Amino acid sequence: MMDAPSASLQRPRRPTHAASQGAIRIEDVVKIYDPEGAAVMAVDHCSLDIAAGEICMIVGPSGCGKTTLLNAIAGFHSITSGSIYLDGEMLCGPGRPQAAPGADRIVVFQNGALFPWKTNLENVAFGPIMQGKMKPREAYEKARDVMADAGLSGTEHSFPGEISSGVRRRVEIVRALMNQPKVLLFDEPYRALDSLTKSVMHEALLEIYYKNKVTIFFITHDLEEAIFLGHKLAIMTTRPCRPKKILEIDIPHPRDYSALTSPRFRELMEETADAVHEEARKAFELGEKEG
Amino acid sequence: MSNAMVKFRKAVLSRSTRRALTSLLVFVLLWELGSRSKAWFGVAMPWVGNIPAPSAVLAAWSKLVGDLGYWQSWYMSTLRVLAGFIAAMLIGIPLGLMMAVSRTFNDITFPTFEVLRPIPPLAWVPASILFWPTQELSITFVTFLGAFFTVVINVVGGAKSIDIRYFQSAQAMGASQWDIFRRIVLPGTLPSIVVGASVGMGITWNVVVAAEMISGGGGGQSGGSGGGLGYFIWNSYVGGSYEQIVVGMISIGIAGYLCSEGLRRAGILFTPWLRSR
Repeated sequence: MMDAPSASLQRPRRPTHAASQGAIRIEDVVKIYDPEGAAVMAVDHCSLDIAAGEICMIVGPSGCGKTTLLNAIAGFHSITSGSIYLDGEMLCGPGRPQAAPGADRIVVFQNGALFPWKTNLENVAFGPIMQGKMKPREAYEKARDVMADAGLSGTEHSFPGEISSGVRRRVEIVRALMNQPKVLLFDEPYRALDSLTKSVMHEALLEIYYKNKVTIFFITHDLEEAIFLGHKLAIMTTRPCRPKKILEIDIPHPRDYSALTSPRFRELMEETADAVHEEARKAFELGEKEG
Repeated sequence: MSNAMVKFRKAVLSRSTRRALTSLLVFVLLWELGSRSKAWFGVAMPWVGNIPAPSAVLAAWSKLVGDLGYWQSWYMSTLRVLAGFIAAMLIGIPLGLMMAVSRTFNDITFPTFEVLRPIPPLAWVPASILFWPTQELSITFVTFLGAFFTVVINVVGGAKSIDIRYFQSAQAMGASQWDIFRRIVLPGTLPSIVVGASVGMGITWNVVVAAEMISGGGGGQSGGSGGGLGYFIWNSYVGGSYEQIVVGMISIGIAGYLCSEGLRRAGILFTPWLRSR
């Protein structure tokens, strides 16, 4: 069952992303760097609700503070005030400024974080072995199956440095999914890829998503990427970071490349381009002042 | 078998091999020409004019090949280099890792380390002779110092420059502190350990030769033959056999090269993921 394309921005029903776990609630989060000295506010009273199994795209200019938000969810950095919940459980908030990193929230990094000294197979099998969920032999077997499923057969025994960057991203997503996370956190993973490779990666990501309904928190500065992939789009203000505009993307899933040329896609681009551009200009001027 | 032959022929005939051979040949020819300039042209070329010609060196060398004392010099120097080098690795790698991993440990040890580090190993020779009961141990200790500081600095630098994302993702995937040390810190530092080892090995050869010259050779049984290649050179100089000086120099060059080559191969073996770069 799919949503009929509608011109309204009403909240669509979500038949395609019905996952039971992985709802994120960001409540009034503030992050100030260096509270003693020259306080820099990176995130300013940011609130955002992401439903379980939803793909939420966070769009904003580089350095606007969106990665700070991702790091807070992942547990890599603390927050100054506010709170973040995963399925109603507080990750961080009053009394616990920093969440504990866990296998339920796996980050796919901008430049990739596959361990260069491990083969792709060893990388993919790493999580379950570390968590003690599988014996190594079992984990390698599972990893081989999962890699074959993702079209990565033949790369098992290569090192990450020996495969193309596009394939590397796919290995990394497969490694993340081996942990059976509730949430995948993407930090501009396709930034360095050329636009043709990017479009292939987008379809591959959606394909993986349709098989594994996880919540996706996806940071990008590429509006086209955001509208093509997301259920929800949060356009962020630049430093401090806070949602400027949140909207549902009512193009039905499953999507493929043809969605990029649909009239609704164009409409959404037009509706949002101004807001994104305005923030990009602000970020640029801020950079000029500081530089 | 024939495959190996083809490979061998290709390696011998490859362009870079030909260039290497040409380079060596031209060097030896110019040297010969320079050394014989007085006899042949009546004018001694500056510097090279007083150095024994390669042909004379070769003649001296061919006599030495059968001399047990010459080979014992090789053996003694190599033994000292290996002992000092291995001790430097065994102590330097764990120390460097601990300095990189533990802030407290680093705060305590680093200042002392940094004060001792700039002292040239050769400045340690007299003190070392006082410290250690035998001359052998003194020389080995100085050799150890030559590699030690370089190894530690490389290990600390390597471990500290590991990308934080590796730690973050390992932690998120449930790795314990020990797992992170064993599976991230250790392999992440290996390339720097290899670099530290090869630089340290070079310094070790520098130091051992000088130490042997200064200390008069250590505990040799048969005359000066226990003194190592450094003492061999010094002894040849004192005895006035200039061809042997050059033989000793070239011997050290070859020994150093063999050690570096061995380390390079070991390095490739230990860091297979860097092979394709």
